[in-house]
Amino acid sequence: MTELTSSVAPPQPALGEKLKFYGLWVATGLVLLVLPKVFGSGGALTMFSLIGISIIFSLSYNILLGQTGLLSFGHAVYYGLGGFLVIHAINIFGANKLPIPLPLVPLVGGLTGLFFAALLGWVSTQRSGTAFAMISLGVAELVASSALILRTFFGGEAGISANRTKLFRLFDWSFGPQIQIYYLVAAWTLIAVVAMYALTRTPLGRMCNAVRDNPERVQFVGYDPHVVRYIAFCFAGFFAGIAGGLAAINFEIANSAYLGAVQSGTVLFSTYIGGVGYFIGPIVGAIFVTVLSLNLSDLTPVWQLYFGLFFIAVVTFAPGGITGLLMMHRPLVRGGTIGRVLPYYLVALVPTLAMVAGLVLTIETIVHHTVNPGEDPNIKAFGMSFNASSPITWVLALFLVVAGYFVARKTWSWLARAWDEALTAARDKGYHV
Amino acid sequence: MSTPAIEIKDVQKSFGNISIIRDLSLTVNQGERHALIGPNGAGKSTTFNLISGYIKPTAGTVRLRGEEISGLPPYQINRRGLSRSFQVTNVFANMSVWENLRCAVLWTARHHYAFWKNVDNLPEVRERTAEVLSDIGLASRRDVPAGLLTYAEQRALEIGITIAGGANVILLDEPTAGMSHAETERAVTLIRRLTEGRTLMIVEHDMSVVFGLADRISVLVYGHVIATGTPEQIRADPKVKEAYLGEEAA
Repeated sequence: MTELTSSVAPPQPALGEKLKFYGLWVATGLVLLVLPKVFGSGGALTMFSLIGISIIFSLSYNILLGQTGLLSFGHAVYYGLGGFLVIHAINIFGANKLPIPLPLVPLVGGLTGLFFAALLGWVSTQRSGTAFAMISLGVAELVASSALILRTFFGGEAGISANRTKLFRLFDWSFGPQIQIYYLVAAWTLIAVVAMYALTRTPLGRMCNAVRDNPERVQFVGYDPHVVRYIAFCFAGFFAGIAGGLAAINFEIANSAYLGAVQSGTVLFSTYIGGVGYFIGPIVGAIFVTVLSLNLSDLTPVWQLYFGLFFIAVVTFAPGGITGLLMMHRPLVRGGTIGRVLPYYLVALVPTLAMVAGLVLTIETIVHHTVNPGEDPNIKAFGMSFNASSPITWVLALFLVVAGYFVARKTWSWLARAWDEALTAARDKGYHV
Repeated sequence: MSTPAIEIKDVQKSFGNISIIRDLSLTVNQGERHALIGPNGAGKSTTFNLISGYIKPTAGTVRLRGEEISGLPPYQINRRGLSRSFQVTNVFANMSVWENLRCAVLWTARHHYAFWKNVDNLPEVRERTAEVLSDIGLASRRDVPAGLLTYAEQRALEIGITIAGGANVILLDEPTAGMSHAETERAVTLIRRLTEGRTLMIVEHDMSVVFGLADRISVLVYGHVIATGTPEQIRADPKVKEAYLGEEAA
């Protein structure tokens, strides 16, 4: 290395940093290993398995959205096809007594996703933006409707099922109990996350970001943005197929819902809420959305409505998602100016919470009177009991929303001012990110 | 005489029935600094777009060191050793200065679409990126996202991205536009140094830059070259005076 390079280039990570980096992965592996010892109930294990699947799926989606700037409305196609092929593979392997153990079967899903992405992706990745989004939607519709028409392969409405315990066994693991499925999903999640992270650190991964930022300029540094998008699309299809395959193994069934619009929407949702700008974003989003969708339905019948509102709020106020919101604070923390902002957060929190509480009251009241008007008006939502027919509730809800809104707006503007000052101070100290 | 770096012959470009470039013929010799001047709307940027493959000529041929390139996509032309900058800053806004430059180095360093190599572990890419970074004087701004740079810094980065790949023929589209006098002087020094030994074609409005930098100048009026020559010849040319310099010289 020349003297210039060593003085100008970013320093190569020291041994300590490298150890810290690999230590993080090892620690993650250990946590995954002992997690069932702490939360061992059947429900918890199922939830962890679903989270793992969702993490792989969301990260694969972010190869498109966050890394390459491709907004797809049909990513579930590759997830779903992966799932179907895995079910067929289990049936075929089991019937013919082939010596292929279950842990290798998700690869069938991955290769299926890769194959179909390679087949369908060349045309759609010609352009990004609206054209790509529309084509992805069209392909999704095409495949979803084929799934209902081609009954012999997709099994129609009912789907097709398989028995995962009938495969060749290694070390006497039957993969009947959920704990064994948990370890299977956890292992694949770790492998897939490491692989997808590594992908971002390759020449291709960097050029994906360049294509996202400025596809025009990419052409003038020697790269064909179409090829970059296409390869990224193939990788996304591959990992989506693995996720779909794991889902099929987990449920022992695949049906048309796997490749439908709702599934495509959910992955967009998780990825975006988590934050598309950071590698860890979709992981955060996958955990958040999976946990919430499993638990929120116990708290309120209209939990999907809250999801929708939350999504709108994220898109409007925090386009960087949860991770983006947290990472915004990085320069302030590093520059030591975070202390100037925190009090304003506390001040803003009170009226904001009041406003949200008022909103919840309003929604639940309206839902009660529109969905089941004849029933007992004493209802319970989010653990609060109240009378949906009482004028006190209505006035309180209205007051909380209106007053909360005006006070919150004021406090947020104070926060914004404090924020700008803190950020400027941090930038002056040289902390930009 | 050796093959010209760029040879444009009878090129036409029309959008609908509006003709922007008419019978354009222009030769840029290897190793020379060639400026393209002309009034607003004369088709200077369009000429750059035609050479670099951004738009395709309606008729005529463009040759790069003897090889016909008209009709090729921009990345094919870039791989043949021609690189251009843009009049409006055109960088990778969310990526750091370092990453911007590295992206411009990767293809020439033959890493292409590799997804099995660690990008931080490519010594020759590191060396070249560091070299360009220090050349354009942005070493202290290495980790700043390009979108947060000042205007003059972005212009420097724009030039950096253009030259980083080591192209032999460089096209700069108004590199000093919008710069202060001091910034312009620095930019000209930079351009002179970075294009040493290469062929440079430059579009520029600042006449002091043009006459100070160029070996030869072509004057474009309404999509047609009305004169080509050394700065002295251009200064003395009555057609140029009439069509272009007239208003300033008068």
